[in-house]
Amino acid sequence: MSAFSAIGEEREIDREEYTPAIEPQPTWCPGCGDFGVLKSLKQALPEVGRSPDETLLVTGIGCSGKLNSYLDSYGFHTIHGRSLPVARAAKLANPDLEVIAAGGDGDGYGIGGNHFMHTARENHDMTYIVFNNEIFGLTKGQTSPTSPKGHKSKTQPHGSAKTPIRPLSLSLTSGASFVARTAAVNPNQARDILAQAMEHDGFAHIDFLTQCPTWNKDARQYVPYTDINESDDYDFDPTDRAEAQRLMRETEDKLYEGEVLTGVYYREDDRPSYGQEKRDIGEMPDEALAERYFDDDYEWERSYDMFIDKHK
Amino acid sequence: MADNELIWRIAGGSGDGIASTSQNFAKALMRAGLHVFTHRHYPSRIRGGHTYVEVRASADPVKSRGDGYNFLLALGDSFARNPQDEAYYGNEEIKPLSENLDELREGGVIIYDEGLVDTDDIPDFDERVEENDWHVYPLDLRGLAREQGREVMRNTAGVGATCAITGIKLEWIEELMRDAMPEKILEPNLEILETAYDSVQEEYDTDAPDIDLPEGEHDEDQLLMSGSDAIAYGAIDEGCRFIAGYPMTPWTEVFTIMSKNLPELGGISEQVEDEIAAAALAIGASHAGAKAMSGSSGGGFALMGEPLGLAEMTETPLVLIEAMRAGPSTGMPTKPEQADLEHVLYTSQGDSQRVVFAPGTVQEAYDHARKAFEVAYDYQIPTIVLYDQKLSGELTNVPESHFDRDPNPGMGKTLTEAELEDQPHTDDGQFHRFQHDVEDGVTPRSVPGQKGGRYLATGNEHNPAGHIAEAPDNRIAQMDRRSQKLAAIRENLDSDSLLSEHGPDEADYGILTFGSQQGTVEEAVDRLNDGGTSVKLLTVGELMPYPREQVAEFIESVDEVLVVEMNASAQFRGLTQKELGQYGEKLSSLLKYNGNPFEPREIVEGFETNIVAGEGDSPDHQTKFVPPAEDAGASAAGD
Ligand SMILES: Cc1ncc(C[n+]2csc(CCOP(=O)(O)OP(=O)(O)O)c2C)c(N)n1
Ligand code: SF4
Ligand SMILES: [Mg+2]
Repeated sequence: MSAFSAIGEEREIDREEYTPAIEPQPTWCPGCGDFGVLKSLKQALPEVGRSPDETLLVTGIGCSGKLNSYLDSYGFHTIHGRSLPVARAAKLANPDLEVIAAGGDGDGYGIGGNHFMHTARENHDMTYIVFNNEIFGLTKGQTSPTSPKGHKSKTQPHGSAKTPIRPLSLSLTSGASFVARTAAVNPNQARDILAQAMEHDGFAHIDFLTQCPTWNKDARQYVPYTDINESDDYDFDPTDRAEAQRLMRETEDKLYEGEVLTGVYYREDDRPSYGQEKRDIGEMPDEALAERYFDDDYEWERSYDMFIDKHK
Repeated sequence: MADNELIWRIAGGSGDGIASTSQNFAKALMRAGLHVFTHRHYPSRIRGGHTYVEVRASADPVKSRGDGYNFLLALGDSFARNPQDEAYYGNEEIKPLSENLDELREGGVIIYDEGLVDTDDIPDFDERVEENDWHVYPLDLRGLAREQGREVMRNTAGVGATCAITGIKLEWIEELMRDAMPEKILEPNLEILETAYDSVQEEYDTDAPDIDLPEGEHDEDQLLMSGSDAIAYGAIDEGCRFIAGYPMTPWTEVFTIMSKNLPELGGISEQVEDEIAAAALAIGASHAGAKAMSGSSGGGFALMGEPLGLAEMTETPLVLIEAMRAGPSTGMPTKPEQADLEHVLYTSQGDSQRVVFAPGTVQEAYDHARKAFEVAYDYQIPTIVLYDQKLSGELTNVPESHFDRDPNPGMGKTLTEAELEDQPHTDDGQFHRFQHDVEDGVTPRSVPGQKGGRYLATGNEHNPAGHIAEAPDNRIAQMDRRSQKLAAIRENLDSDSLLSEHGPDEADYGILTFGSQQGTVEEAVDRLNDGGTSVKLLTVGELMPYPREQVAEFIESVDEVLVVEMNASAQFRGLTQKELGQYGEKLSSLLKYNGNPFEPREIVEGFETNIVAGEGDSPDHQTKFVPPAEDAGASAAGD
């Protein structure tokens, strides 16, 4: 019997279950794109049938990291840039959990960039939402890795001399098996993409455009946008890596020209997730490790019985 | 040479197989009933560079490297010349002989590989041999090995020759080789062992050096183990089944042993992108309900400072290993030092807390690792096992029975779903993970996936349900509760102390030390007492929370105390003064930071010169004496 009865319950889940009964006062500014992520996530979770008690939402630090305050589930609000290593270990310890990591563009593409690359290449079965507002929100508007070249801020008074990072291309090259971009202004598409991401068995990265009206005043509201999976202008197969690569580049360039392209860019459904790869080489147990500590009948191995002969 | 102990030093190039040969040799002597202790010295590179391992063997327990040594097997450095790649390293190949002469005792034995080493290249070699009454056996070890087809086997040839001279029975070695070697290399090795043995017996009068190989017998079965082995086994026996790490010497040893063994135990090992990730993974796994660990050496541990604070603030059980090496910065990667003490005690922002253990022996490494897990999971706090390159790599015999213990997979106040129902929740079903008033400051935890247990873990200050909260009253309540844990842990440790005393119950003088120096200082204390100086030793294995009462009592009980530690800034003495707030005038220091651990004689001489005779000078320039200082301020280095 599982020690975690919230996992795999077959029942209808109401999106309101994800709303804390005593909702904390919002710390997000009016008009902030972060509300859009919350809303679409609350819709997508019931759609994929995962309840608050079987969901672990791991966040970084930033305005985006406050997501945990408004979504009632198991949560771990970590430190700046480190949501991914915490999240992927939780998934390894208990693969039956629905694990979602989330954080800002600074958090994920800047200070946590190394973890992003490696989590993508390892293809952990989890969803990673990057709130991309092209700015450091919480620390009051400094330049971020996705701020456009020339963007002026208090720390770059003459405008950024740096070419912005290419989040989608980076993700693909690193090894993510599901890469998408959506925008807070398009909650229906966002919900669909989030649901697909959660159901995807592997690392699903969503670059989520979230407008920051407070610090990024000259930034777009990310409208109008084009859905590349729907638009007739794009005849596009997201399982084709070369096509995905080309379109990602185009999308990244066009954002800075004022045109917003969104959609699922890449998916590789037959690649085994990291947990599967580890099980295949005998380095991960079939049953969730976390279950073992609650199993009163488990016979815990002793080093004395297993390993000391070679010291004799 | 009438020593009642053998200290056999095998010297060669890095990559010459010195480590495995010496390990087998030590094990053979252990099986034959002797007590053994190994000390290794090697540079931070894979090939080339001079390396040695000493195997000290005696009928009585040995806890330390010795004073110098009495038997040298100099193999020559086979990697010193690499003509194919046009890489030459001067006269490196003679170094295993030339560089080891200074510490060889009078009357000692030298076997050297005349196939690689020409003594004409060593200044004054013959004069030194004469002066020191050394017995020299030139042997063409490489030639012998070549005849059998593989040059690396010259180690085995050297061991065969050693047996012929010391009277070590060939069958002891043969038995071990049969256990340790794969079939296809076993036969030629056995052959070369005998050939070398016979040729020494034929060529030389092996009775000449007066070597009495000590004889001994163990009263119970023994194991040959290092501190790193023992830490890994302690973790396993506490139910640790998850490790994340990034290689760094010497931490790599524990990481490697765990990674090798965990799959068999249904556990998980992860080599990750950096040490920040490593610590964060251990936190994530622990949060999700596994017993988890990580660790590193100084530089990697520095990267773990922020995750360490996160574990403390979110009350996630976490065990970290810190295997010290000589710093600062990259320092001397393969040399021991105890200079990360303050780094480990105080890193991470805010009033963050942790528990720090420092084992002094192989047995203690096992015990402390177990205690570290027990405390981390019972009190939901990060614990650190601090040890070093010395304890990490030294092999010694330990009684097998020490490891015959029950496992403890317990997770302290971790709730089951049934227990969760009776716990306080907010109206919407959020569990109160961080209650204000609870015994010992420890508030029960749930695990993700449990029904009715959801809460938020956050590094921000938070209210009982875990939500970010900055109200002053809640802040005080949470800080005070978390701080309470250390006092509770102190009480727990007092009831099952890890402190270790040695020497007479009553003494005029005291020596205070911590961690891996224990064995060497114990030997020095025995010798001082044998020589008429009345001195006793306290080795402190619990550094945070500090055992104030016990240490104060010890200092009170003697006239003067010498604090022995392997660093340049007297960090352990500084900690002691800071924790006790007095006794500054009674504490002086003997420090060593040249990259080599203390020899017992250095402590004996340091004590006699500085404390007994009160001369206040370092007896030799490899150690440093620092006289007592005032109590004011945390710096105890006296300048
Ligand atoms: C190690 C560390 N460095 C810096 C900070 C300060 N800090 C907090 S959030 C943040 C950047 C936030 O930007 P982003 O990740 O894009 O999140 P947003 O607020 O825009 O959602 C910074 C620099 C910190 N908390 N920790
Ligand atoms: S500062 Fe920007 S990102 Fe942060 S809450 Fe306000 S609008 Fe949103
Ligand atoms: Mg941002």
